Amino acid sequence: MADIATTLFDLGRLDRLACADTPVHRLDPRAKLLTTLVFLLCVVSFDRYSVAGLLPFSLYPVAIIAVAGLPAGFLFKKMLMVAPLALLVGIANPWFDQVPLLDLGGITISGGWVSYASILLRFLLTVTATLTLIATTGFHGVCVALRRIGVPAAMTVQLLLAYRYLFVLVSEGARMVRARSLRSFRRQGEGFAPYASLVGHLLLRTIDRAQRIHHAMLARGFSGELHSPVLLRFRPTDTIFLLGWSMLFLLFRLVNLPQWLGRLVVAG
Amino acid sequence: MSHHLVELTDLNYTYPDATQALDSVSFRITHGESVALVGANGAGKSTLLMHLNGALLAQHGAVRIGDIPATRATLPEIRRSVGMVFQDPDDQLFMPTVFEDVAFGPLNLGLPPEEVERRVNDALARVGAEGLRKRPSHHLSGGEKRNVAIATVLAMQPDVLVMDEPSSSLDPLARRRLIYLLNSFDHTKIIATHDLDLVLDVCRRTIVMHQGRIMADGPTGEIFQDEGLLRRSHLEKPLRLQACPVCGR
Repeated sequence: MADIATTLFDLGRLDRLACADTPVHRLDPRAKLLTTLVFLLCVVSFDRYSVAGLLPFSLYPVAIIAVAGLPAGFLFKKMLMVAPLALLVGIANPWFDQVPLLDLGGITISGGWVSYASILLRFLLTVTATLTLIATTGFHGVCVALRRIGVPAAMTVQLLLAYRYLFVLVSEGARMVRARSLRSFRRQGEGFAPYASLVGHLLLRTIDRAQRIHHAMLARGFSGELHSPVLLRFRPTDTIFLLGWSMLFLLFRLVNLPQWLGRLVVAG
Repeated sequence: MSHHLVELTDLNYTYPDATQALDSVSFRITHGESVALVGANGAGKSTLLMHLNGALLAQHGAVRIGDIPATRATLPEIRRSVGMVFQDPDDQLFMPTVFEDVAFGPLNLGLPPEEVERRVNDALARVGAEGLRKRPSHHLSGGEKRNVAIATVLAMQPDVLVMDEPSSSLDPLARRRLIYLLNSFDHTKIIATHDLDLVLDVCRRTIVMHQGRIMADGPTGEIFQDEGLLRRSHLEKPLRLQACPVCGR
């Protein structure tokens, strides 16, 4: 639980990064959100054996990290946290798909390994792009942008409140776990039954708190919509950012640049 | 007629599990009064407060705020004129930043952006929290959270301020600042609390509750001298009115 608490503390750091003031931070959240969406769509739409074609896409996160002055090491560590998921998703590919696909100087590489590499590369690209979006816009900015591009209020309100109360929930859970461990000795009390009861209590407390929060919201005139005082203005630079990157992504998607460059070199 | 008036007539409330939380409660609080609501745990203070801003509606009897009876139809008006400060600021600060939290109420009132901005600035200045504007609400200290929670309510420009345990979990300095702050408000104030020393500083009138009933209602000074009443209501004389532990006088 303590680990989760420190992880969340890191989430707070991600939020603080969003408070910086760089050209990327100043862009309209909608421009960044839509650009990231185009990026994600292009990256996931490649066929399963693509590796080289994906490489040019790394330009986008690298450029954003550089211009926005984000700590690359920190983002990399965040990424490692979700990495096991990607590693497991494709782990069986090399066994199932043993058709030789590539021949690199005498070493034959099967289709499974190539598709596994493709999965990992896609994971790397999509997660870094999403992390840079949050680190330059803030979770809240992303939610405001989602709402403004037409996502229903019910969803964005849920997202915002879930994020806000994640911190409260985890610290409450951490206190309960600490209280349990102080009264359990030699594995006694750490079994499934006390665990179930603990989770049940946490649920009950959460429901109580949700009720109180709802009262607090009603007391201040809440009627289903979270109005944000953040005024969004879509300026020419935002349009250029969105269109420029989107066109580049389409180019990367339609033309396999590394292959083309390779041919150019071989032909030359 | 004044909007700053709070009147309860023969209010009863029974929870679904048949515990009677309020039993014929009646009182009238007039413009600018500062009233303490004291009593043991489970005396019915919180249930009573919930009736004041329409979180609960009267099962029997009536609640009036100013000229308006509290009913389902008048809820928006009641909630505009009664500002409620909750016991746990974490329940009240649900927006990502302090600014947005304070702006939440005014925006829901449909005020124009400049007016929202002005109200947020005024409310934050009032509680001395101008510097916290851009901070995320969940990373504030206990005292800061309490002040911002009060600001969220002030920004609605309520006529009546209702507070549930405002001094709980504050350090002594933050508590002292809160007392100065409360004394600087000219709103009608209703404060439910166990902090009887705070009551001495802030409230001239005190209502004592016990098991859902009003045991006494009168000037704070007189009530705190009535040791029999305090004992029956599971209370104790405020520390300042007790004999000195060193010299016994």
